[in-house]
Amino acid sequence: MDLEYQLIIPEFVMAGLAVVVIAAALMFRQVDQKWFGYFTAAGLAVIAIVTAAAYWNTNDDFGTVLAVDHFTVLFRVFFLGIAFFTVMAAVQFAGDRLKNHAEFYGLIVFATLGMMLLAASRELLTAYLSLELLSFSFYILVGFNKLNPFSNEGSLKYMLLGAFSSALMLYGISLIYGVTGTTTYSAIGPDVAEGTRNIADQLASFAGGSGGVDPDGARPGLLIGLVLIIAGLGFKVSAVPFHQWTPDAYQGAPLPITAFLSAGGKAAAFAFFLRLFSEAFLPAAAEWVWFVGILAAVTMIVGNLMALQQTNFKRLMAYSSISQVGYLLVGIVALNAADIGQSQDAASALVLHLIGYVTTNIAVFAAIIAFYNRSGRDDIIDLRGLAERQPFLAFSIAAALFSLAGMPLFAGFATKFIIFQAAFNNGFLWLGAIGVTVSFVSLYYYLMVIKQMYLYEPEGSDRARFHVSRPLAGALVVLVAGVLFIGLYPTPLFDVIHSSTEGLFEQAAALSASVVGN
Amino acid sequence: MLLTILVPSRHANVVRWIALIATTATLIDSIWIFAVYDFAQGGYQFDLQYPWIENIGFLGENGISLHLAVDGIAAPMVLLNGLVGFAGVLVSWKITHRVKDFFILFMALFTGVYGVYIGQDLFFWFFAYELAVLPMYLLIVIWGSTNKEYGAMKLTMVLVGGSVLIFVGIFAVFAEAGAGTFDMAVLRDIEFGRGFANTFFPFFMIGCGVLAGLFPFHTWSPDGHVAAPTAVSMLHAGVLMKLGAFGIIRLGMEILPAGTDFWMPVLLVLGGVAAVYGAISAIHQTDLKFVIGYSSVSHMGFVLMGLGTMNNIGVNGAVLQMFSHGVMTALFFAMVGGLYDQAHTRDIRVFGGLVRKMPLFVIFFGIAGLTSLGLPGLSGFVAEFHIFVGTIDTFPLFAALGILSAALTAIYVLRLMGRAALGPFNPRWENLKELSRWEIAAAIVLIAPIIAMGVWPDPFIDRIAPTVAELPNIDQIGGLFTLSSLTGR
Repeated sequence: MDLEYQLIIPEFVMAGLAVVVIAAALMFRQVDQKWFGYFTAAGLAVIAIVTAAAYWNTNDDFGTVLAVDHFTVLFRVFFLGIAFFTVMAAVQFAGDRLKNHAEFYGLIVFATLGMMLLAASRELLTAYLSLELLSFSFYILVGFNKLNPFSNEGSLKYMLLGAFSSALMLYGISLIYGVTGTTTYSAIGPDVAEGTRNIADQLASFAGGSGGVDPDGARPGLLIGLVLIIAGLGFKVSAVPFHQWTPDAYQGAPLPITAFLSAGGKAAAFAFFLRLFSEAFLPAAAEWVWFVGILAAVTMIVGNLMALQQTNFKRLMAYSSISQVGYLLVGIVALNAADIGQSQDAASALVLHLIGYVTTNIAVFAAIIAFYNRSGRDDIIDLRGLAERQPFLAFSIAAALFSLAGMPLFAGFATKFIIFQAAFNNGFLWLGAIGVTVSFVSLYYYLMVIKQMYLYEPEGSDRARFHVSRPLAGALVVLVAGVLFIGLYPTPLFDVIHSSTEGLFEQAAALSASVVGN
Repeated sequence: MLLTILVPSRHANVVRWIALIATTATLIDSIWIFAVYDFAQGGYQFDLQYPWIENIGFLGENGISLHLAVDGIAAPMVLLNGLVGFAGVLVSWKITHRVKDFFILFMALFTGVYGVYIGQDLFFWFFAYELAVLPMYLLIVIWGSTNKEYGAMKLTMVLVGGSVLIFVGIFAVFAEAGAGTFDMAVLRDIEFGRGFANTFFPFFMIGCGVLAGLFPFHTWSPDGHVAAPTAVSMLHAGVLMKLGAFGIIRLGMEILPAGTDFWMPVLLVLGGVAAVYGAISAIHQTDLKFVIGYSSVSHMGFVLMGLGTMNNIGVNGAVLQMFSHGVMTALFFAMVGGLYDQAHTRDIRVFGGLVRKMPLFVIFFGIAGLTSLGLPGLSGFVAEFHIFVGTIDTFPLFAALGILSAALTAIYVLRLMGRAALGPFNPRWENLKELSRWEIAAAIVLIAPIIAMGVWPDPFIDRIAPTVAELPNIDQIGGLFTLSSLTGR
């Protein structure tokens, strides 16, 4: 088989970049460590731009394992952007508080590489390996602050539960393989659509006779495999009840990694979720949609209620991100096997909300990192009087938190509106109603943070105004502008997303056409 | 408008002047819209439409568009907002703490209110609605007084809670219509079934009603008024509460007319209860702002009663009352703010004989008070008269209740005047000075329409009446009480 290696050049370059950064640190020991950070950021930016320019109209497969279509390219650029902003936000932080900078940046690049491969995967084992590359990088990164016991604790919890979830997912994959005899999405799809009749025929021939084997007999195996995969993914995206590791890992990890974990980790898992469920499992949507629906509802409710009583900003953001996962899962619930147009809308809505959420979240964290660089503290109460000391940071945090709460002007309003709309259209009025109600709850705890910043005068020994370093401030301006732009005029972005999700449903469309034809 | 405010930085006076110029421009624009609105033609005018998202997936043509238009009900409301916003900037002149932030948020609020009055697309309508509510929190928390944290949080949570209901209602309407658009003009033409309308009408009625001080959900309002800074109290009581009543007309009565049969009597009863209850509560208050806060609840109760009648006179009266109360209460708060800034207290019991030191204050305050109790010749009379006539036609008992509460209003207003303005002079206030010229200017801007509407309501009724008559399910009971109807023109 001819493999078109040019399709995955960006991935090769990424791996190269990671190695180069790590190797360079060994060679140039005298260089100020921050240059490794800026070098990495520049590399990521260049790769992102070249990828966008070179592959935009590509629609091709790398063998049967990777697809390089619009969706992949969109997510490649998206992940590179996340990594870029994370690195930009991390440079000063790493310089002040971490050692081994080059490894730090190298691991971020490796994690990004895992994300890019994950979004492109069209085969279960490839996807699994990409996910592990991503997860392993994160296990190390969370524990990167190795002298801090919280960091170690978070890393250990994350790793143990992560390994457990990987095992669950692998078991699910093996069941799917056992039932369908394949691990490629494109081959699983028809099996799912036809009630795994092919397999039953094979079993029947193995059994040495005809009859006696129910054509739908393999169905339970398929569904159990599916549920296991959903559970495994639930761990990765920290959906309730698989969320226990999240607050600890978020609190323990160095701040830029918390940002990266909450943005990149989630985005990658959802890219995988979306591609797997729309290409392979969409025909069985009616059977798993209620399960994901309950998961989404519980996640939204628990995430928001737990967030109410947090006093640490990182833990607050952990629970807030859990609740955001609930909203994102609503997008999965809105997939519909019978109505491809509806499914595509749902997928687009999900991606739009994902991009809006990620932009907002990185903005929050970039601002908090800037604050932490100065103060070294991250409790909510430490933010007191920030509006007096650094109005721009306070404004950025306030804008981003309002966006997370789904208030107009900011990204969260428009994207939530569209994602709940998709759920309503698919007949999940109750799920949308829960979503809207808990967003209202979430406003309360976001307001508590905003109140600290705006209502009180600064306290403690350090009350002076302070400056944010240039690169960080620049990154923050771009992010906040992005939040406002998505909130006010998401149309261009939505159009791009909509054209990128088309490819996901080609197969489903063909299948349903053939079913109608029969 | 908002952008011009964002540009200048720390030069407080520049910010103030820009805010003033911007509000002046909008005031002129509002007056122009009000004047040019062609009442002979009726319906929606000044129609502007820009597509925002369309033809993707669930959204059909004109899925979500920036669609603006003004009808006969919105026209006076736009004028009201222009007046109150302008006056609000004038009385905020003396704010010195974070001036720029204040005016940015103030203008955001102001813009949001306009958006609600002229929005013709549910998405942007809701967007503007939230935009009008959201800055309140910061405005109160930073520049407010008296228990401001509690007041601000209560206000925000209750109002956003109401908007959750509206949000769900909007989606339900969108999904039920199946037209793939949020454009109200399209949705108005769709007939919703009675069961659907009965189910979702309360989402709009309660969701918007919360903002209008609907009876069991009104408690945020006095607390919020008291905590808010002067200009915000003015916009808040003067304009923001009207958004609620306006929302009931726009979303409830226009889009889901089938639900009015069942729910409007409920609204009327709740409005009546609020009117009496608010008035009784006001009698017992000692804080000036609390008195006015509860009087707002009472007057908004009249508005809701007027809407609840579902006949042309009552609804007309409701819209007139929205305007009248908006200007009047803004005047009230502007005056109380002017007094409080000097006296640093609002306790009625410690004031006395203020007329000696602040004659203009007393005159302005008196005009507001007399409007409030419905003195003929001022706008309150015209509005309340329509409401009561409308109510007598449908629910005579409640008309009696309404008139009773108007009498109660007289008690607290006159008591207030007697205690604070007249009465024996309290020497503690020897150093009080007259209002500043900015406040006087604001007061004159607000008093002009009160008197204008009181003696010559025709321009208002001419605009409102045809639009009200076009609302679905409106009973026509006789003519309206305008000069032209009296002179047989």
